[in-house]
Amino acid sequence: MAGTSQKKLNLKLKVWRQKSNKDQGSFVEINAEGVSEDASFLEMLDQVNESLIKKGDDPIAFDHDCREGICGSCGFMINGNAHGPQKGTTVCQLHMRAFKDGDSIVLEPWRATAFPVIKDLMVNRSAFDRIISAGGFISVDTGNAPDANGLPVPKPDADEAFANATCIGCGACVASCKNASAMLFTSAKVSHLALLPQGQVEKTERVLRMVAQMDSEGFGSCTSTGACSAACPKEIKLTSIARMNRELLAATLNKKEAVEGDGV
Amino acid sequence: MSQKLDSQVPSGDISEKWTKHKFNMKLVNPANKRKHTIIVVGTGLAGASAAASLGELGYNVKAFCVHESPRRAHSVAAQGGINAAKNYKNDGDSVYRLFYDTVKGGDFRAREANVHRLAEISTSIIDQCVAQGVPFAREYGGLLSNRSFGGAQVSRTFYARGQTGQQLLIGAYQAMMRQVDRKQVELFTRREMLDLVIVEGKARGIVVRNLLSGAIESYSADSVILATGGYSNVFFLSTNAMACAVTAAWRAHKKGAFFANPCFTQIHPTCIPVAGEMQSKLTLMSESLRNDGRVWVPKTAGDKRHPSQIPDNERDYYLERVYPSFGNLAPRDIASRQAKFAVDSGRGVGPTGVAVYLDFRDAINRLGKKAISERYGNLFQMYAKITGEDPYEVPMRMFPAPHYTMGGLWVDYNLMSTVPGLFVAGEANFSDHGANRLGASALMQGLADGYFVLPYTIGNYLANTKTDKLETSHDAFKGAENAVKSEISKLMNIKGNRSVDSFHKELGRTMWEYCGMSRSAEGLKKALGDISKLREEFWTNVRVPGDASYVNPELEKACRVADFLEQGELMCQDALERNESCGGHFREEYQTPDNEAKRDDENFCHVAAWEFQGVGKKAQLHKEELKFENVKLSTRSYK
Ligand SMILES: Cc1cc2nc3c(=O)[nH]c(=O)nc-3n(C[C@H](O)[C@H](O)[C@H](O)COP(=O)(O)OP(=O)(O)OC[C@H]3O[C@@H](n4cnc5c(N)ncnc54)[C@H](O)[C@@H]3O)c2cc1C
Ligand code: SF4
Ligand code: FES
Repeated sequence: MAGTSQKKLNLKLKVWRQKSNKDQGSFVEINAEGVSEDASFLEMLDQVNESLIKKGDDPIAFDHDCREGICGSCGFMINGNAHGPQKGTTVCQLHMRAFKDGDSIVLEPWRATAFPVIKDLMVNRSAFDRIISAGGFISVDTGNAPDANGLPVPKPDADEAFANATCIGCGACVASCKNASAMLFTSAKVSHLALLPQGQVEKTERVLRMVAQMDSEGFGSCTSTGACSAACPKEIKLTSIARMNRELLAATLNKKEAVEGDGV
Repeated sequence: MSQKLDSQVPSGDISEKWTKHKFNMKLVNPANKRKHTIIVVGTGLAGASAAASLGELGYNVKAFCVHESPRRAHSVAAQGGINAAKNYKNDGDSVYRLFYDTVKGGDFRAREANVHRLAEISTSIIDQCVAQGVPFAREYGGLLSNRSFGGAQVSRTFYARGQTGQQLLIGAYQAMMRQVDRKQVELFTRREMLDLVIVEGKARGIVVRNLLSGAIESYSADSVILATGGYSNVFFLSTNAMACAVTAAWRAHKKGAFFANPCFTQIHPTCIPVAGEMQSKLTLMSESLRNDGRVWVPKTAGDKRHPSQIPDNERDYYLERVYPSFGNLAPRDIASRQAKFAVDSGRGVGPTGVAVYLDFRDAINRLGKKAISERYGNLFQMYAKITGEDPYEVPMRMFPAPHYTMGGLWVDYNLMSTVPGLFVAGEANFSDHGANRLGASALMQGLADGYFVLPYTIGNYLANTKTDKLETSHDAFKGAENAVKSEISKLMNIKGNRSVDSFHKELGRTMWEYCGMSRSAEGLKKALGDISKLREEFWTNVRVPGDASYVNPELEKACRVADFLEQGELMCQDALERNESCGGHFREEYQTPDNEAKRDDENFCHVAAWEFQGVGKKAQLHKEELKFENVKLSTRSYK
């Protein structure tokens, strides 16, 4: 029970330290002492950082913000697992009761060409924003919308669209894929929009553009190992990738050219 | 009333003001829009929706955020839902009722005209979001589903499981990214605004720190929008994300923007209680849970039995008892205060005794586990992950925590601050919620401001204002850059003995103790002294490691905490000045015999807007009198 446990853990961390993206980087051993079992993993790092600062050392840099599993900021490898050992859990939601006294824990940033390391455990995931801006939206200007109940959406479609839209853009899928593929992320967006009636008009162009952008960012190809979905904290399913492949095939076959200049 | 505060509320009947105003405002023709640049600081719901809509209109928009991606703004964490007066349930809702509920919920400290506009716009927001592909919850027939939130007796809340904020933010983010694709919006991520630049009396740009390179950069524009969120993190422990800060708003305040009602903060009744020393934030459990969960404590103080061992007749379902007509859905300020009373009377539960139960036993028996999990699955899961307990089996333990700030930069009806050309949207302004915000109304307000208000009012400002081209080589920018650089180098060079967090935590404890759920003149005076001492120590003893010319999270925190150390003082000042209790502001000296807030409409029916006079100097108070011409001033009762 939270707050009752007095158990303190002493842990050996092996942390990837890298000053900047021009730097070489290496593992450094740091002890984490007297960590409460009720602390979250990031609170454990806060505690370690507090002692590094006291000693005049540079604290470990990591991305984080909401600390409740929804903003997608946090994320690194813990003992080789993206976001750590628990299924469907981001690093910030992982609590120290998942570890034992004396454990060694290896912390490493996401490794992918498309996600260059910024510092320590922080990487640059702006490639994801560029994939979204390449068509990951429905083109509707403000103020043009019909009544929201004018177009009923079957509940199963709405639920499935929602499940795909819960992707937090954390990048764990890329980090756990041996090819550093971004198929799960991209297919979650393609699926979210393709499952809704509102998303139909642009579906051909959307999938073609998003996939092209994904490829140009330097993400690898998909060999269907399923490692991405297994690591995904939002448990986005592999069927999303299958759906995107279908959409892509259909789009490639059906692509028609609009007359230039008419549509603004 | 101060000369300086003209609310610019249009004349006429409340229900026609906005329509008339929209017609009377000047327009900028399409060819001219292209010539205007607008800076949007903050890309949460309010900022992203504003950037998207302004981009669609043809303005050049520069959008900034501290986050790595706009999709990470703290709006993403909103759980429960968004209100709209759609009346899809045919349960008697209307624009007027939403307006009425919001004015009353805010304990008569909000501007009527703004609230009415918000209620009017609410319905278009839902239409807009659905058209963008926001996957709201639906019924089996394919139509949208609704639930109830506190302070309302109708079901007008639209939701997407417990992730409504995420879904709305992604909608707004995608709309903005579409404009990025069309080159109407230029995106600047990982930039923190550290100063506002004013030229010839008008807001004309900002100075930011590039959080990756450490560079201090300037950007100029014809108008600046701040949509930088709330300041609950002044309490250190709050439901806000770690990077939420008052910095942008505070720096604008120091440049002349008045800060309104800073003491109006919302303490949310249902959050997971503090578990330990290293706790870094508190997790909210959505108000929507109170649709099905029942709040209780044991009847007798010190009853340490396991909840399942306590029979119904020995439980005090205190909200149902004290507020029979609203029951567990009593508004937040009231529910929080009652939780505090229960704990203060020794009836708190759990290992620390600082918690109350939120129990789903009856709902699970009535509806089945599956139905409950469909409604709240992700919240139950989140609770289990944090506490290690299964809420399907044992009641949740809850305690109030700082959550939302009704106060913010003062704005007129056009959302313009006291600095011409500086507009403020979303949680960063003070405008619509008075002394207490109703659940599911912040998302509504952020999107109303961004999608439907600013695109009109900014056009009107630009059409009426001459703005010459301005280069960032102008002295005003250089001066601001130098000030920012020297502040940073000062922080880096203190090389003291205490971490930034240790100061932040100490400030937070002081604020929670004296300016939290209940306040007194004596306590507030003590807090004022403590904060000023702490601030002095901060500037002589803080340690910021690393260097300023690259990524440095400790330096980022130091800049934010420096601002909180000034703003906390203003909050206490405001709380001390307001000799009444209203909404979230509960002054122990002003309560009814049954412990309800006692308002003083004679003397305090106004917005308190503060003008900065210098660090450590008492800010100057300006008052905007509030008139209630439609909803009669009355004692708020939920009994
Ligand atoms: C846990 C939680 C649950 C909630 N649930 C609900 C709910 O169910 N319903 C509801 O209506 N409301 C809810 N709220 C309230 C609501 O989410 C917020 O009030 C609202 O989302 C705020 O939106 P915003 O756009 O004003 O600010 P934010 O979303 O906080 O965005 C602020 C933006 O400003 C940027 N920024 C901040 N400072 C700077 C700076 N100095 N320089 C540059 N950029 C800066 C940030 O990067 C970010 O992009 C909840 C709040 C919390 C904390
Ligand atoms: S698909 Fe899953 S793992 Fe990949 S970015 Fe989205 S949430 Fe993260
Ligand atoms: S910090 Fe937001 S998901 Fe982990």
